Order: sequence, then structure tokens, then C-alpha cells
Amino acid sequence: MTPAEIRGQVLDILENIAPDEDLDSLQDDVSFREQLEMDSMDFLDIVMELRKRHRIQIPEEDYGQLASMASTVEYLTPLMKDI
Amino acid sequence: MYDTIIIGAGMSGLAAGIRLAYYDQRVCVLERHYTIGGLNSFYRLRGRDYDVGLHAVTNFTPKGTKKGPFARLLRQLRFRWEDFTLAPQIGSAIRFPDMELQFNNDIKLLESQIATRFPHEKDRFQQLLRELVDYDDLQQEHFNLSARQVLGQTLRDPLLIEALLCPLMWYGNPCERDMAFGQFCIMFRSIFLEGFARPFRGVRPILRNLVKRFRSLGGELRLRSGVSRIVVRDGRAVGVVLDDGQQIEARRILSSAGYVETMRLCDDISCVETDRAGRLSFVESISILDKQPAELGYDRTIVFFNDSDRFHWQMPQEDLCDVRTGVICSPNNYAYDLSDGQLPDGVIRITALASFDRWTSLSESQYRLAKLHWFDRLAASAVRFMPDYRANVIDTDMFTPSTIRRFTWHDNGAVYGAPEKRLDGTTHLKNVFLCGTDQGFVGIIGSIVSGISIANQHCLKD
Repeated sequence: MTPAEIRGQVLDILENIAPDEDLDSLQDDVSFREQLEMDSMDFLDIVMELRKRHRIQIPEEDYGQLASMASTVEYLTPLMKDI
Repeated sequence: MYDTIIIGAGMSGLAAGIRLAYYDQRVCVLERHYTIGGLNSFYRLRGRDYDVGLHAVTNFTPKGTKKGPFARLLRQLRFRWEDFTLAPQIGSAIRFPDMELQFNNDIKLLESQIATRFPHEKDRFQQLLRELVDYDDLQQEHFNLSARQVLGQTLRDPLLIEALLCPLMWYGNPCERDMAFGQFCIMFRSIFLEGFARPFRGVRPILRNLVKRFRSLGGELRLRSGVSRIVVRDGRAVGVVLDDGQQIEARRILSSAGYVETMRLCDDISCVETDRAGRLSFVESISILDKQPAELGYDRTIVFFNDSDRFHWQMPQEDLCDVRTGVICSPNNYAYDLSDGQLPDGVIRITALASFDRWTSLSESQYRLAKLHWFDRLAASAVRFMPDYRANVIDTDMFTPSTIRRFTWHDNGAVYGAPEKRLDGTTHLKNVFLCGTDQGFVGIIGSIVSGISIANQHCLKD
């Protein structure tokens, strides 16, 4: 997948986790936590959805990489390039 | 071989099951009873539907709210707010002799009631609101501070302290006399800052939603399948043995049976510290009326009453029940949707503290007589704080600590679990975890969130 496609996948996951959030105005460089009402349980869901949908295992020490859309896409790009 | 076996098909077990099944685990929920629900089950008697535990769904927040346990559970279980079909309360009250505090789902009412009845405490009550700890910030070490002590440092008027403790202890305090400050914060938020609501059809639609979702995700639910033993080998649970002898293997076990009750199941433990189990149990009288309570001049959703200036929260010492304090609940007095109309019958439920040991030591005939006797005593006590409804009763039912024990298997018929909460849900075994009332969150939404959070913390990450 290209970074743009990966972004679309993450957006899809966010929509699933937080259906009431307005994701159109999401700023990629600002952390999810600052823009969305997300708690640690929701972050776990991003990780779990990636595993469920794309079979990607993210070790717990890397959860911090998923803070914003930009850092998430950057982290996922090498992991998802062959999907 | 299952990934996770869950003991108990109550709110917390089913919620945990949904989380795990959603993320593709092989999950089996084992329930000893022939129906689901645990402490929040339902039954049918002489042509009428009854709920076992539900007075009010606490932790209610309006549609669109993003914070708090209810919003969290909707996101985590992928439900819509509408799925719970909750109607808000009309209004509730704390009634002591010559003193009433009304409250509803807007904290402003309670604030203004306190400003009127306790003008000298107005500012200090605001300070108390600021000192409340948020759900996620509760740490084990602060959790167990004395709520009476913390309240005593902020408020001056003992009557206001007793009045605030009364509903909060009634709806979720497993300890006698005092309350853990953490539990106080949880209950204060769930009752005063969030609020009460009820589905028009009671607890059934909530349970139906949970089971339907669990099954649609491939989860297995087995009723009449009590766990008699958790098999332990080399410090790990390897599976369970059912009451009928059948063995089932699992990589981990999540139990909603309670701490002491779960320890008793583990076959590596020979001596269980039974004195750590909860002791507070209740009787409840349920009266079906020939008219709506509002027609009798009673429009309150829940009334917490106490007949002296001091609130006594302890297991009855001298008698089977203690009717000095109690809860009056009318499921009719919610703001139901106009399309639903009103419940077919008027209903008044009265709850009082009861002694498990005394109720369970009665013979069959003594037990039947005691139920009749205490039904009358409960009503007589309650009508001091509400209109007399006794001439309008057309059917009754009553449950006692023996009933609770029979259907939930909780030691002592305890409703709010063990006094000592285990916030992180861990046990001496690294693949056995606890969810449910022994985790500190009580009520329907609290139990569901407990199941979710333990599933998240311990059962999903490997």
C-alpha cells in the first residue's frame, strides 16, 4: 500500500472506533489525543483493528508511534508496503 | 481449546466476551444458571415480567456525550446510543426526617438544593466537587482512603455528609459503615454527575443486545454449565471442569464469579480466605399496583430514605432485616418515549439491608413466614417517606439473600462484591483474571466497562 492508501485505512479504523467524530478536519501533524476524544482504550483499538484487518502485529513498546496520523502512516509504511 | 473461557454470563462476562470475539478469539462463556444476566437478570411470574436487580441504569449520559463510562462502552462494543433505549429519570430524592434533597440528571438541581437546605455548606460542596477523582485517575493507594474522613475534611455539617453517603452507599458500597474514597468518587460520578435512566422494557433488551452481538461474532454461550474447578498445573490454569465432569481447555480464564468465589475454584488453593467476601445483602419487596404511582401522588424515580440523622450502613445485627433505611424505586417514573407510553402496571420496589446468615438459617416454613412478615415491615417503613400504596397492591414478590445466593453463587448473597477491590483484575495465577463487581465498578454500565477493561488489559495484547 502507498502512504495515501494506508492513511485511508487508518481513517476507516478511526471512523469505526469513533463514529461521532468529525474526521474531515483531522490534522495529520497534530496528535489524535488533542483532536479527538480518544482514550487509551481507543488507542488499543487502532492496534487491534490493524491486526484484525491487515495481520500487522505492533509490539506494545511501539504504541507511541501511533500518536498522530503522520507518525502512524510513517510507522506503518514499511510494514504495509507489500499488502 | 479456547483462547479464553469466561465464567459467568452477566453484564461483565458478556461484554468481555464481545471484545475478545470481535478480535477473533475463540471464546466460551460458561453460565451455571439456565439464563443470563447474573446479578442483573430477569424472570416471569404469574404473567408479568420482572427485573432482578435493575432499579436504574446509573452512569447515564445524553446522546453525543464523549466522556464517561457509557460513551466508552458504546465505542468499545460498537453499539449506538439508541441501542440501549434509555429513558432518563423524572427525579429522585434523599429523604431524612424533616430534610429532603432532590436530584436529577443535572447536578445543578442538587447544588441548588444544598444551597437552600445547607447554605453554610454551599461553597464547601463546590470544593468537594473539585476534589472528586476521575475514573481513570483512581489509584489503588488512594482508592482505600476513608470517604467519611475525606468528607469530614471538606464538609462541616454531619447531616449533609450522611445524606450524600446514603444513596452512594446504597447503590454500590460493599463495605460496612464507611466507604472507600475511590468507590465514593465512582458512585458520586455515576449517580450525581451522570445520572439515572431505564429502558422501557427493563434489563431484557440490554442483555439481548449483548448476547446477540456476542453470538454474531462467533462467541459460544453455554447455559447450565457451572464451573466446579479451575485446573491448575505449574502455576498456570489449563482449563476448567464443569459441574457434570466435562473438561474444557483454555489458554486463559476470566472469571466474574467474585474474588473469593474464584479462588475457591482454583485447585491449587486449599484454604480460601472466606472472610474477604462481601457481606452486605438485601431483601427487596416488589408490589404490583392497580394504578400508576403518579395517580397516588408519587412521581419520584428513586427515593433513598433514612429515619434518623445518622445513616446506618451495616449488616443487620439483631434481626433478619434493617428497615431504618431503604430505597424506594418506581420503574414507572421515567420519562419514557411517547411512542412507548407507560408501563402496563404500577410498580413499587422497596429494598432494605438483610442478614444472609439469618435468612439462610431459617427452615422452609419459617422462611415463608419471614418473607410475609418483612414484606409488611418494609412497606410500613417506606410509607413514612412516600404516599401509602398498600391498599392498591394486586400482586407481590420478594427476594432475600438466599435468592441472590441461589442464582448468583456469590458468597453471602453479596450484591456489591468484596470490600477490597482488585482494580487491576489480577490473581495469583498469571492467566486467571477477575472482572465484575470485585473490580469497583458497579451497576449495569460499570459492570460492562469492567468486563471491557479487563479484556483489554489482560486478554487481548498477546
